Amino acid sequence: MSTEETHKIVPYRTFITVWIGLLALTVITVLASWIDLGALNVWLALAIASVKCSLVIAWFMHLKYENRFLKLIFLITLITLAVFIGLTFVDVLYR
Amino acid sequence: MSTPEPKDAFGAKFGMWLFLFTELILFSGLFILYAVYLAKYPKEFASAGQQLSVPFGAVNTLVLLTSSLFVAMATTSIQRGQKKLTEWLLAGTAFSAVIFMVNKYFEWSAKFHHGIYPDAPGLKELPQGEQIFYGLYFATTGLHGLHVLIGLALFLYVWGTVRSEKVHAEDYGLLENSGLYWHLVDLIWIFIFPLYYLVL
Amino acid sequence: MSQPASASTDSSRGYLASSGKGPALFEWIFSTDHKRIGLLYLWCITTFFLMGVVLGLLIRLELIAPGPTIMNAQTYNAVFTLHGVIMIFLFIVPGIPAIFGNLFMPIQIGANDVAFPRLNLLSWWCYIIGALTAVTALFSGGGPPDTGWTFYVPFSTMTQSNVSMATVAVFILGFSSILTGINFVVTVHRLRTKGMTWRRLPLFVWALYATAWIQVLATPILGITVLLVFLERFVGVGLFDAAKGGDPVMYQHLFWIYSHPAVYIMILPGMGVISEVLPVFARKRVFGYWAIAMSGLAIAGAGSLVWGHHMFASGMSDMAVLVFSFLTFIVAIPSAIKVFNWVATLYKGSITLAPPMLFSLAFIILFSIGGLQGLLLGAAATDIHVHDTYFVVSHFHFVMFGGTGFGFFAALHYWFPKMFGRMYNATAATTAWVFMVSGFLVLYLSMAVVGLQGMPRRYYDYLPEFTNLNVSATVGSWILGAGLALMFANLLVGLFRGGPAPANPWKAATLEWTLSSPLPAENFEEEVEVTEGPYEFHEVKPS
Repeated sequence: MSTEETHKIVPYRTFITVWIGLLALTVITVLASWIDLGALNVWLALAIASVKCSLVIAWFMHLKYENRFLKLIFLITLITLAVFIGLTFVDVLYR
Repeated sequence: MSTPEPKDAFGAKFGMWLFLFTELILFSGLFILYAVYLAKYPKEFASAGQQLSVPFGAVNTLVLLTSSLFVAMATTSIQRGQKKLTEWLLAGTAFSAVIFMVNKYFEWSAKFHHGIYPDAPGLKELPQGEQIFYGLYFATTGLHGLHVLIGLALFLYVWGTVRSEKVHAEDYGLLENSGLYWHLVDLIWIFIFPLYYLVL
Repeated sequence: MSQPASASTDSSRGYLASSGKGPALFEWIFSTDHKRIGLLYLWCITTFFLMGVVLGLLIRLELIAPGPTIMNAQTYNAVFTLHGVIMIFLFIVPGIPAIFGNLFMPIQIGANDVAFPRLNLLSWWCYIIGALTAVTALFSGGGPPDTGWTFYVPFSTMTQSNVSMATVAVFILGFSSILTGINFVVTVHRLRTKGMTWRRLPLFVWALYATAWIQVLATPILGITVLLVFLERFVGVGLFDAAKGGDPVMYQHLFWIYSHPAVYIMILPGMGVISEVLPVFARKRVFGYWAIAMSGLAIAGAGSLVWGHHMFASGMSDMAVLVFSFLTFIVAIPSAIKVFNWVATLYKGSITLAPPMLFSLAFIILFSIGGLQGLLLGAAATDIHVHDTYFVVSHFHFVMFGGTGFGFFAALHYWFPKMFGRMYNATAATTAWVFMVSGFLVLYLSMAVVGLQGMPRRYYDYLPEFTNLNVSATVGSWILGAGLALMFANLLVGLFRGGPAPANPWKAATLEWTLSSPLPAENFEEEVEVTEGPYEFHEVKPS
């Protein structure tokens, strides 16, 4: 396994840029909720939340700088979650 | 153990990530329920969601995002050996957690004041979908609040270790892993905010 | 892989020896040594197993005749609930990983301990606190829980019995399981010694690795589920309460999202033990090393897709029944791959029928019967017929007891000399095995037949026409119980009076057998280097 630690020191500027991005997205998600898009509203809110999460995970949580293995197991966890939700909906949607 | 093993920083981080996965999945149980009940009661969720205070939610979002920034910056400052700055950033994080909880306290008390709390007599008059919405709201934000409290205790501890230089530029795993935990608490909130405060 | 027996055995008691400082008990319950923690688990888990056995025997005794026999209906409900809770959460789930995984997994990969020794001790404490909470639940509140181990709503949220405390216990035990899982995943990744590549990993370690992943990814769902039951009982959040718009079927979904993968948490380590024992006693390299290792991971993955097959009769959508039924058949494939490879390992082997081998062979047969029963249950149409009958009870005892239970006994007999440095009596162990297997078959085959005839599970009373098979099941339970008693008595005698065990009585090739018996206090004096696979037995030519 290629697990050599990443000693990359992330400059403050990067973090602050990400933080401004997160704040901007928060404003956008609030504004978007005022427009009535029907069921799309929820999907839009989820999409924006996912983008915000990706920012947090990639930069704040350093995942961007970690080795491929950590990224892989993170992906496995997300797939597991998707399976749990998806298979539950196989029941709920067809009832 | 007679020979102390060298510290395995990556191993500790790896373990922390695994723990975060378990946290993620713990909360996902509530999100699954949310998704199922949203599909069942979209209208009721919308009308109940409008009763939640967007300002409270938005302010708490800002507080958590900012505290996340502090922690992220703290991992940089400790590596650069800026001890004083690290202490301030960690104190800022803990302080943010306090603000978050104070906010939450006022938000919940306002709800209680309006007779909205689990199993409240008034709640049973509402449509079923709204009852479920509030049930989920209290369960999810309650569990999240508990995590914020744990985070608060954790950061007070980390702050102490930085002060006493147990955590320093060469060995900052504790700070880094506590930071990961705190970011997760933030992540959960990033989903809670739009799903509960902004639905439709 | 040839390291002389460690020199640290001046006192021949190895890691069992007391340092003489402070109370002896504290040296154990506050020890972060993986071997001591493993042994702590051994004593606790075996104790709970015996409690579970006694409760099981009581259930069978009650059912020997229709109508009240030795207890009233409420007691009966409490007894089968306890039997389930103890056997599942206190014995099968932690059993093999916590005991044998802790004792031998680090050694098998050439490490001196697990990755997080203090966390490991915390896991044990969580186990003990959880177990004590479960026991306290019996004697406090509204009396022992009577819901069955599944805690199904709405009954679990309404019953007066002490379900709240039982759910807290399950939550804490889940925590213990998660921590062990995290520890094992990191240990396998980070602490393999020089030359211990993934293709030289003993299959027991592979099995524990797959198990640990399920523990990490599935257990939290159980945590949130029991937490919600708890919240429901205390503050009435109403998430599963139909009167408040909740959906009780969602409880079943969440419960089985964990609890189906959990059956693989239970069975995979057992399969790992078998994969370890068979080549040693067939004196042959294991057949299909990669197939066995990877099918473990495949089971872990596919096992997360099939939870709905517990819910065919719950009012779930027909589409879901179809999908889950289909997926259920997929999970049979990796299990069958394992069975075929085990049998192929035996083929043309030079087989010794020592006790560990006998238990392993029983595992293969009993587990296969149980697995085939599982296919009947996985097919939605037949499941509707036998759902909630004794056929299901028979099925999960075949896979869980016949599988994991016998895997546990195989492990116990295989590693006993290494754990305690003493030998047990092989003849007595074999006799016990004969009793256990025959009692097992009489007991659970009777259950299968009476289930097919339509006797529902969990009932206190039954129709007179089911009497004969119930009597034979109860008699089977006595034979099985006698076998168990003999087995444990024999091990206890071996523990105190047995002759000294050599370092490698079975001539196995994994690393723990290169150390002295009992294990030395410090695993490896210096880093070992591994140069070949775990099943290279040099006295036979590789086929």
